[in-house]
Parts: sequence; structure tokens; C-alpha cells
Amino acid sequence: MSDNEDEIILTDLNDTELVEQMQDDLYDGLADEVFEGTQILLDRGWDANTVLTDALVEGMRIVGIDFRDGILFVPEVLQCANAMKGGMGLLRPILAESGNSASLGTYVIGTVKGDIHDIGKNLVGMMLEGAGFEVIDLGINNPVENYLEAIDKHEPAILGMSALLTTTMPYMGLVIEEFDKRGILKELPVMVGGAPLNQEFSDAINAHTYGRDAAMTAELAKAIVGKNR
Amino acid sequence: MAKTSHKTLIIACGALAKEILFLKKMLGDAGRSIDLQCLPANYHNSPDKIIPGLEKVIAERGCHYDRILIGYGDCGTGGLLDAFIAKNNLERLPGAHCYAFFAGLDAFDALMEEELGSFFLTDYLVQFFDTLVIKGFGIDRHPDLKDIYFANYKRVVYLAQTEDLELQEQAKAAAQTLGLDYEYRFTGYGALAGVMDKLAQDKPVLGAPTYV
Repeated sequence: MSDNEDEIILTDLNDTELVEQMQDDLYDGLADEVFEGTQILLDRGWDANTVLTDALVEGMRIVGIDFRDGILFVPEVLQCANAMKGGMGLLRPILAESGNSASLGTYVIGTVKGDIHDIGKNLVGMMLEGAGFEVIDLGINNPVENYLEAIDKHEPAILGMSALLTTTMPYMGLVIEEFDKRGILKELPVMVGGAPLNQEFSDAINAHTYGRDAAMTAELAKAIVGKNR
Repeated sequence: MAKTSHKTLIIACGALAKEILFLKKMLGDAGRSIDLQCLPANYHNSPDKIIPGLEKVIAERGCHYDRILIGYGDCGTGGLLDAFIAKNNLERLPGAHCYAFFAGLDAFDALMEEELGSFFLTDYLVQFFDTLVIKGFGIDRHPDLKDIYFANYKRVVYLAQTEDLELQEQAKAAAQTLGLDYEYRFTGYGALAGVMDKLAQDKPVLGAPTYV
């Protein structure tokens, strides 16, 4: 670190100031600072879940709003996500140990067949994890069989599909049709998201919910399982 | 201004300007009935700007033409461009994007079938790789993003419109920068040449798929 007079010493801040500073640091994509702030709050006896919700998820929610409003762009959001990831790396084992991480149920997520793009999906996965879901990530290029297998194996509360390409997003409709044929759709809410999607498309393919961005998807997912704040 | 008979306006992505102007020139006198207006090529990275950009040009210039061709594929608009085209009785280039109509729709599908992790470049994208990819994706500011963006890609496929050794070297260097394998496919102007012919002959441009 530099000897800059304006340098903020995180340990000198009180809890409220530190949480605000962590949100700022997360917004600026400062991974080391977010990691340090997370460690300080844990050392001060904060519950891991509160650190996650108040500092990291809230910080990322602000990022999501500015991304939606065209103030932040993908490169900046990815830096923010990277900063959040650092903090989550510290919290994840603690949450797992305390059994908090799966409190909202399982969320299966995957990019559809023919599509190798996963940046958005990974962001959504992280926000869902932050919101308290156990996230099963199927990765990229998933045919309908992969989703069906994951439903059998994990009995998710929600299933999410992602696509970046105009050419691959119609596959989401095929998956939903297959779910419908098998009677799965009545029981399992299916969320869809991805850059070229919109509400109209989501309605047209009979998806349960369209997630416009990562933060919004996490909020909507919580609402679906009836756990919205 | 009075409408000139059988005039066609192409409103295209700036990335196609050079190719369209070349083909227009090749058409000779028949090409004189075709005018070109381009929107910024960096809309490639911001598809939400395409339709407002088109609306503006159509409002300003559309009344002077009998026919307007939208020089875009779907280009990431998620079907919104097709809805806009249907609503305004326009036409667009066939395929999802310029890679598809340069390569040919079937050949493009085959390339994707061969390797899903293909990152395509055209002459324009090779020429402006630094501006559109390195700066456009923020890799210049955050070099670590390169691995995030391209983690699932395996190769760069340069779909070349012209046989230009310098561009081929630049494309190879681009692949190296991204840490991907390199392949070269000469496509020429692909479906764009046929579309320009049809416009000059005042025939409909067929084969524009609707995604939604």
C-alpha cells in the first residue's frame, strides 16, 4: 500500500463505516480491500451471514442498479464480482459449516445447448449463493437431458437457464416444452436470463420469471421461494 | 426534397461500410440507385443502441427512398430488430450476424458444429481488434478479464473478405493475444454480394430468419 495521506485504514473504521467502505470498495472492484474488510468484520465477531448480506450482497445490489442504468459496464461489473468473490471465499466455509448456505433451497443453473457463454450465469450464481441458495452450476452447453438429470438428482426449488446468443436462446423454449410434457413445469419455477432476452421472450416461451440482471434474479428467486425481505 | 424513383437506402453497421461500398462500386451504374448510411460499428458491443439509431436515420432520411435495407443481422437484439423490421415493412441481411452471412449460413453452422468455442473475426474486426475487442471489452484496463471472457473459447476463426497478408498477420497476432488457436477461412463477401445484386435489380432480399 502507498503512503498516501488519504489512505483509509479499514481497521480504524467503526462497523457502520466499514460496511459502507466495503460497499464502496466492492463498487470500485478492489478485491484486496473487500477481502480485508470481510476478515475484519469476522474478527469483530460478526456473523458470516450478516457480513455477506450487509456488505457484499448489498454492495453488489448497488452495482446491479448502476449496471442496469448504464453507469457501469460489463468490465467494471466483472471487477466488482471478482472483489465479491474474494470476500465470499472467506465466508463460504464458515457458512457451510453453520448450515446456512442452503437455507433457501437448491437452485440449478446452466447455460443452454450451443452456448459457451457463462459470465452472466456465473454472476447470477454468485448472487444466488449470496442470497442463501445452494447453487448447482451445470456449466455451459447443456442439452435438455442435463437439466432433467439435475432435477432428478438435486430436486431444486428453482431452475435457471442462461443464453447470450440470439441463436441459442430459443433452446430455452424447447427445454420448457419438455418440462411441460413431463409435468415438471407445474412444480418447478423456471427462470431465464441473458443479454438478448426480454420479458416478452420470457412470456412467449412460458418461463416462470425473467431475471433481467444478477441482483434482480437473486431478489426474484427469493420472492419465488417466499423469502423476500 | 423530391423522392428519386427506385432509390434504396442501406442503413448498416459501420463494420460493413467498406464491403458495401466495394460491392456498390462493382455494380457500376446499377449501384448508383443504392445509398449507404452507417451507424457506429461499436454498437456491435451495445445492441440496445441499434434500433434507436435506425429510427433516427429513418426519420431523417427514410422519406427520400422507395426501399430501405437494414444492413444488420439480428446482431444481439434478441429478435427486437426483426419485430422492428416487420412493423416498418423493412428488410434485413440474412442470418444472426455478419459472420453468418459472410461465411454462408450453412458453412457458419458447420464451423460452429466443428468447434463451439470459435471466436470470429472479419476484415473489419481484425483491423479494429484493439478498439473493439481489447478496449471495447475493457481488457486494456483490466488484463485479467481476458481469461474470464475467453475461458471457453478454443480458436479464433478469421473469416476473410479480402486476401490481405497484413490482415492475416494481424489476425494471427489477435489469436495469440487471446491465447487461442488460429484458423483462416477466405469467405469473400458471402451473402452480402447476392443481397447487393438483388437490391440493384429491385428484387426482394430473402431468407431473413425471425428468432422470436
